[in-house]
Amino acid sequence: MDAAALAPAAAAPAISVPVSGERELRLDLFRGLALWLIFIDHLPPNFLTWLTIRNYGFSDATEIFIFISGYTAAFVYGRAMRESGFVIATARILRRVWQIYVAHVFLFTIFLAEISYVATSFENPLYSEEMGIMDFLKQPDVTIVQALLLRFRPVNMDVLPLYIVLMLFLPAILWLMKWRADVTLALSVLLYAATWEYDLHLSAYPNGYWVFNPFAWQLLFVFGAWCAQGGARRMSRILASRITLAISVAYLLAAFCVTLTWYMPQLSYLMPRRLEQWMYPISKTDLDVLRFAHFLALAAVTVRFLPKDWPYLKSPWLRPLILCGQHSLEIFCLGVFLAFAGHFVMAEVSGGAGLHFIISISGILIMSAAAWLFSWYKHSADKNTSRTKGIGGNADMAGGGS
Amino acid sequence: MKSDSGVILGLMMLAGLLTAVPARAEDAAVSCEVPDYLLASETTLPKVADAIKSGHSLDILVIGSRSSTINTTSASEASAYPGRLQAVLKEKLPSTAVNVSVEIQAKKTAEEVAAGMVKLMEGKKPTLVIWQTGTVDAMRSTDPEDFRGGVDAGVVALQEAGADVILMNPQYSPRTETMISAPPYLDNMRVVAQQHDVPLFDRFAIMRHWNESGEFDLFTTFHGIELAKRVHDCLGRALSQFVIDAARVNPAQQN
Repeated sequence: MDAAALAPAAAAPAISVPVSGERELRLDLFRGLALWLIFIDHLPPNFLTWLTIRNYGFSDATEIFIFISGYTAAFVYGRAMRESGFVIATARILRRVWQIYVAHVFLFTIFLAEISYVATSFENPLYSEEMGIMDFLKQPDVTIVQALLLRFRPVNMDVLPLYIVLMLFLPAILWLMKWRADVTLALSVLLYAATWEYDLHLSAYPNGYWVFNPFAWQLLFVFGAWCAQGGARRMSRILASRITLAISVAYLLAAFCVTLTWYMPQLSYLMPRRLEQWMYPISKTDLDVLRFAHFLALAAVTVRFLPKDWPYLKSPWLRPLILCGQHSLEIFCLGVFLAFAGHFVMAEVSGGAGLHFIISISGILIMSAAAWLFSWYKHSADKNTSRTKGIGGNADMAGGGS
Repeated sequence: MKSDSGVILGLMMLAGLLTAVPARAEDAAVSCEVPDYLLASETTLPKVADAIKSGHSLDILVIGSRSSTINTTSASEASAYPGRLQAVLKEKLPSTAVNVSVEIQAKKTAEEVAAGMVKLMEGKKPTLVIWQTGTVDAMRSTDPEDFRGGVDAGVVALQEAGADVILMNPQYSPRTETMISAPPYLDNMRVVAQQHDVPLFDRFAIMRHWNESGEFDLFTTFHGIELAKRVHDCLGRALSQFVIDAARVNPAQQN
């Protein structure tokens, strides 16, 4: 049935989608990796933190996550738009947005539980000022409404609101891309530039701004969508060229040297003053060009050395990562929850670095087990209910994925 | 596959235990030890150096938020880091009259403090101002650009008032890490410090170092006033060394 449903897609001209209906396992792999890294980065720094890419360059797992999300969402819903039309595709996207929103509210509830507990149990005169952060608990009427409006977001809960906004605009993006993919990308770059020029941003509650500025981060999302709509194939010659590789490797090395000076301040005297003044601060909120370029370089090198038919993609060792990547929304939420829980355990049991390490590893094991469970559910459900709209169900699982 | 993952898990746990051992061993003694690179500063404090060399009085003004105090009734002002700074400096510089005063600007962002800076400095002629900021901004998650503008304006105002300036960043507070995001504010303070050639006392990195080396356990829930006093004592010591190093004077050669 899948093959029959895919036939029109294969026949559709211009906007090309990989002809085979097979999943692009590399996307799942790296999205899974991004989810693990985000989980580790949300825990207090420990030994494993040194394995996360943010320590070796400008960009981090968030870039991977948003790019791949743009790619898969455009891939799946783009197909839906070609086959079933704008209205149906939009309806499916909005259903996905609703799922993400509910997931966000669920996480917020857990967060509230955690911090209320901390607020009542934490007595440390050293941090009496920092404890002022709990003041918002005194007016839940305002805070909870603001949270539902996505304006009040505690630390580490910024990715889903960004994702919700980006997905809301996906129908328009896809519609534009159907018309002219390159123009869409150009408009996206223009919006990005305008964001930097005119300081566009969304405000947050009680004051401040969105930690991930959607006006800037849309660039990665739209770029991912553009790649999915055939851009990647058209770029294949550029990606295969040695010059691209050389530039990418050089840039990654340079970025690595710069980051080295952050973690070993002993070395910072080696950094030219001019360069520092031009470069810093590297804004994560507005997706600094240096970060974007770092992601591009990373992607170019990865695509080159990790071909689509890389045999290890089928290896059981990478299976947990791929499974996590295939259920990204669920696993992302689980990761945020586990990070909260991990903080909690560490606060209650002072076990030092060993405990810390065990928490990180068990978190990853739990995420993998949950991903396995989700896919078991999905496959058994697929077997039992013979749904005629097989593709629709598929789209949600693959695509939207956070 | 099952047995394989068991082996891996075992290895990982072993590695975890191995890393845990050194952290435990150091738990006992408190030495206030700070690695050199956290106290190194390329920039200097010429006015402080003059005051020490010429034997004039060294007047230090600490402008800070509530984390520059120990906020209970049982702790005297002398046990917070400004008080400890004064005591240690007096010890190290016996022939200089050291005088540390404190201006607490509770619940004010950097921009708000900077706006009142000229008024604050009226009638005072401190040799050195230590401006501790960033905590309130991080808690309210003000726009980092606005924060940087505020710190920038404040530093300029202090320099125009004729004082040497040291910037001090927020405390390392692991328990509130899921609620307060410090990095953007730390980064921006570093940038301003660099632009104006002002030494930055990296309180955040120093306290994190103490937490990681096992000198202090800043994470657990229950702590009395004693921990706060000990941390402030160590901060005062580190700060005094930072001031003397940045002034490029050798206390042994004084007199």
